[in-house]
Amino acid sequence: MTDISSSVSSGIAGAPRAYRDIGIKRRYAAERRFRIYGISAILIGLFFLFTLLWTVFSNGYTAFVQTTITLPIEFSEQTIDPDAERTTDPSVLLSANYPVLVRNAMIKILNIDPANRALVKRATDMISPSARIQLRDVVMADPSVIGKTVNVALLAEANVDSANKGQVDLTVDEARRKINNQQLTWMDQLRESGVMTKEFNSGLFTSGASSRPEASGVGVAALGSLYMMLIVVVLSLPIGVAASIYLEEFAPKNRFTDLIEVNINNLAAVPSIVFGLLGLAIFINFAGMPRSAALVGGLVLTLMTLPTIIIATRAALKAVPPSIRAAALGLGASKMQTIFHHVLPLAAPGILTGTIIGVAQALGETAPLILIGMVAFVVDYPGSPMEPSTALPVQIYMWANEAERAFVERTSGAIIILLAFLIVMNLGAILLRRRFERRW
Amino acid sequence: MNMMSEAAVEKALDKKMNDVSFKMIGKDVSVYYGAKRALFDVNLNVRQNTVTALIGPSGCGKSTFLRCLNRMNDTIDSCRVTGKITLDDGDIYDPSIDVVELRARVGMVFQKPNPFPKSIYENVAYGPRIHGLARNKAEMDQIVETSLQRAGLWNEAKDRLQEPGTGLSGGQQQRLCIARAVAVSPEVILMDEPCSALDPIATAKVEELIHELRANFTIVIVTHSMQQAARVSQRTAMFHLGNLVEENDTDKMFTNPDDQRTQDYIMGRFG
Amino acid sequence: MNTSLIILFILVLGLIGYVTGRTRSLSISGGKLSALHSRPVYYGSYVAIWAVIPSLIVLFVWLIAAPIYIDSLIRSSFPDSVLSQGSATTELTLGTTRSMAGGILLLSAEELEAAKSGTGNLREILASKGVPLASEAQPFMIEAAESFNALSATSRLLMTIVVFAIGVLGAFFAVRRIGLRFRARNQVERVILAGLILASSIAILTTVGIVGSMLSETTRFFQSVPAYSFFFGTVWDPRFAAAGAAATAGQFGLIPLLAGTLYIALVAMLFAVPVGLFAAIYMAEYASPVVRGTAKPLLEILAGIPTIVYGFFALVTVGPFLRDISTELNGLVTGNYVNFIQAQSVLTAGLVMGIMLIPFVSSLSDDIITQVPRAMRDGSLGLGATRSETIKRVILPAALPGIVGALLLTASRAVGETMIVVLAAGVAARLQLNPFEPMTTVTVKIVNQLTGDLEFTSPQTLVAFALGITLFVITLFLNIYALYIVRKYREQYE
Repeated sequence: MTDISSSVSSGIAGAPRAYRDIGIKRRYAAERRFRIYGISAILIGLFFLFTLLWTVFSNGYTAFVQTTITLPIEFSEQTIDPDAERTTDPSVLLSANYPVLVRNAMIKILNIDPANRALVKRATDMISPSARIQLRDVVMADPSVIGKTVNVALLAEANVDSANKGQVDLTVDEARRKINNQQLTWMDQLRESGVMTKEFNSGLFTSGASSRPEASGVGVAALGSLYMMLIVVVLSLPIGVAASIYLEEFAPKNRFTDLIEVNINNLAAVPSIVFGLLGLAIFINFAGMPRSAALVGGLVLTLMTLPTIIIATRAALKAVPPSIRAAALGLGASKMQTIFHHVLPLAAPGILTGTIIGVAQALGETAPLILIGMVAFVVDYPGSPMEPSTALPVQIYMWANEAERAFVERTSGAIIILLAFLIVMNLGAILLRRRFERRW
Repeated sequence: MNMMSEAAVEKALDKKMNDVSFKMIGKDVSVYYGAKRALFDVNLNVRQNTVTALIGPSGCGKSTFLRCLNRMNDTIDSCRVTGKITLDDGDIYDPSIDVVELRARVGMVFQKPNPFPKSIYENVAYGPRIHGLARNKAEMDQIVETSLQRAGLWNEAKDRLQEPGTGLSGGQQQRLCIARAVAVSPEVILMDEPCSALDPIATAKVEELIHELRANFTIVIVTHSMQQAARVSQRTAMFHLGNLVEENDTDKMFTNPDDQRTQDYIMGRFG
Repeated sequence: MNTSLIILFILVLGLIGYVTGRTRSLSISGGKLSALHSRPVYYGSYVAIWAVIPSLIVLFVWLIAAPIYIDSLIRSSFPDSVLSQGSATTELTLGTTRSMAGGILLLSAEELEAAKSGTGNLREILASKGVPLASEAQPFMIEAAESFNALSATSRLLMTIVVFAIGVLGAFFAVRRIGLRFRARNQVERVILAGLILASSIAILTTVGIVGSMLSETTRFFQSVPAYSFFFGTVWDPRFAAAGAAATAGQFGLIPLLAGTLYIALVAMLFAVPVGLFAAIYMAEYASPVVRGTAKPLLEILAGIPTIVYGFFALVTVGPFLRDISTELNGLVTGNYVNFIQAQSVLTAGLVMGIMLIPFVSSLSDDIITQVPRAMRDGSLGLGATRSETIKRVILPAALPGIVGALLLTASRAVGETMIVVLAAGVAARLQLNPFEPMTTVTVKIVNQLTGDLEFTSPQTLVAFALGITLFVITLFLNIYALYIVRKYREQYE
């Protein structure tokens, strides 16, 4: 091709260039469609995020309020200690017939005929059965109340609580409602006289497991979680940092360190339930540690958290520029001194951020804890990590399996508490990162 | 087969250059990156079927100006362009002008060879394919062959069209990128230091190629090397600190520049 | 002396050693610190290390080895009538003896005398003290229990003496070595390095622990249930039988569980991959910094929510919603208001799991997409391609290997997810294809089999470990292959 003009006109450098059709319209339609797909994808994600949070909050915010009925309880000696034995045998106070006190108080305040058994039952049903324990505790704490009449704030039964919060559909036929019209009338009466009030639900934060939704709380579970988080931090932070220092600063590049590397990355992605099996087989079955104990839970969660912390710590160590190391080594510091005096402090914010995120993950973990028996029905605060205990997410799991409406409220309330912890931890991590973020 | 006789080319081009026609005209072009101003009211015209070289010390704004010519600066969020640039009398920053259409007419070759991770064939066919320039496989084959020939890569690549473009040597990759730009049959080709990542032999080949492409395309090339500007271009524009210092015939520029700064730069006193 | 007290004393010894070492190094330097090879802190630490570490090692070895040795002594003291009955009986007797030994310590001298002379029933006496015995106490067992107590006491006394001796000797040895040119720092640093290596091998130990423990339990499972009927069985029906009644062992077919696991994971991926990928593409290529800065962290919240919360969401919102909407749809179309989607179903579990996976897909893909060099984008845009053409034809193909790796990692997470499926998928192990019906998964069954009272000999319990190792192997292959791909991809663009 020596003739320029012929090559210009031949095909690819076609003549009327300005007007050639390159399908702009069609292509821009495709562009718009593509953009819309992207936006809708993000919107779908956000939609589900907000639906999820909405589900939890709309179901759960009422859990922080509790209906209480304050009754003047007459601690009659006749009922509690008919034979006046309490000085010699204190156990009579434990087994006394406290529900009678509640019944009498209800009869009095609602003006019911004590002979009408059905009516009396309906009235006493409005008070939580947990009142028995509540009154017992009052008497045990101060036996001198016997013979006196004292105002005691008792928990309302769960259905009364729901009705009082307006969660019961009153248009439903009475027979199919858990609360009948008579009780509704009484409720109005009690509300007007100021006997029935809505109070802040401190029991949600302090109580343990209970078969009665109104008397159950996350306090005991939270303590179990706290024990485990302490164990996780105390073990996984030093071990994780030590392992990262070795791998990042000392380890020769060989097969063995490669193996450790692959191992850690894999462990970070192993299903959590497998760690539960590990805990069951090694810690409980082999080493003979107690089942359901926070110690075992803490150890299992430590093993799960380690990879996260190691990965974060190595990234933080990598981010410290070599010039810092060179400067310290140049002054005659040993390698160990360089790392512990200079590199580690500079990497500390990154390490802490990684630790917080790892611990937050561990806090929400459920499956492995179920396997090591932390699904126990634990009523009392565990005195040590060796005692049977449960954890916040496991408590949520157990409540989620309960059928009663009031437990849905409790479950959501517990989730709000769990999410609040997680938010605080993650915010802490973010602030830490912002505060100490360094650009070299 | 692509070797045209030097004399024939010169003759054909001289004829065109006599009646000077401007392909692109830049008037008072200024560019801001955020608050920082990178170009100051540049007035520069690009002549048809001419190689225009943009030279100057680094950071002088020559690449920035080049990227204005096909609105590649649009891809940088903080970048803002004022002034007017026309292509065949049409304002390329006019809202009615479409970037995609513009870039199909004003192609670009980048500093570092950036073949797509596809086969050689697919690299060249990419442009024609997205613009729908070929009606069938045969036409596409033809376009790919012609483009590779024009880029002087056909003989080396014809037996390995299905191999990945990233497997070629640096110089071959850059010629592949040129072929890729040529395949869209643009009117103007912008080259941003196309030889800076290449060795001297590959550079020589690319320079030879630029020389030949001039017959069909208007070329604007940013270069670091004064020798290269002298070798490949007919017109040269000298930038300094965001200002256009001088624009002139290349011969004149390198022998007897009008501006003191140009002389200093060419003599190697700064830059 | 109990163990924690011993440890405390060793630590005190270490502290004393530290102070001694430090003081001694200061005194030999004669006030000229620069004459010393290392700073005094290191001399102190050196002595402390010698006082603490060898004694602690001996302590732990002793704590593990002594009971084994004592057990073997007691075992050999049993009469032949017991030993001849095989190891199971021997172990049972040993166990009873051990708990009896613990119980005897609680008894008063008279009670013990009564038990020995046969006038009192030891089992009843111990039961009243809260120590239950598995079988009736025989005279030889009482003797064995007493000698067990005697041996344990001797062992403990010996251990205390030996451990302290080693601690003190170690400290003396270390103090003696302190001199002006003694390289205490190097010695201390070697110990620290050993500690670091030990810490990093915990990762390996964890994996070894996982594989080892599960393999051994699985082997025991395969002794009562043949491996092929586990791996290829299509019926899952593990009847919980009374202990020892192995005749009604039930059927342990893996196939229906595996099918459910993969089906639910597939539904989850079908939902999460397009949403996550498009979200990532939009955020990486289109979104303004403000949109990106808001949407990205918001989506990442989804990743921080514990899976139990997703399970609850499926249980109270998504499941009932799907059930009710299917009732309405069915009613509108056929006039018959019956739901065709169950509240617990493959769809419910898959959808909710998909929501959980969106942030994984999007943040992994986002990382990968932003790693594609800018030159690729410029090259394509410079030829006049639109953004979507650039993404579809250049960026995605270039990022494909990385994205595939990311998707495999996501799939591994979907397969191993537990809490969502426990609450949303159902427990019926069925082999069917209707996504609106419940199916169950490997993880659900692990939880089912291990909740409640456990007996580590029944196949009903042990099958959980067989399921666990299956799960581990599947995710291991997915993870390692995915990590390999992603690593290769990173290297390509570095």
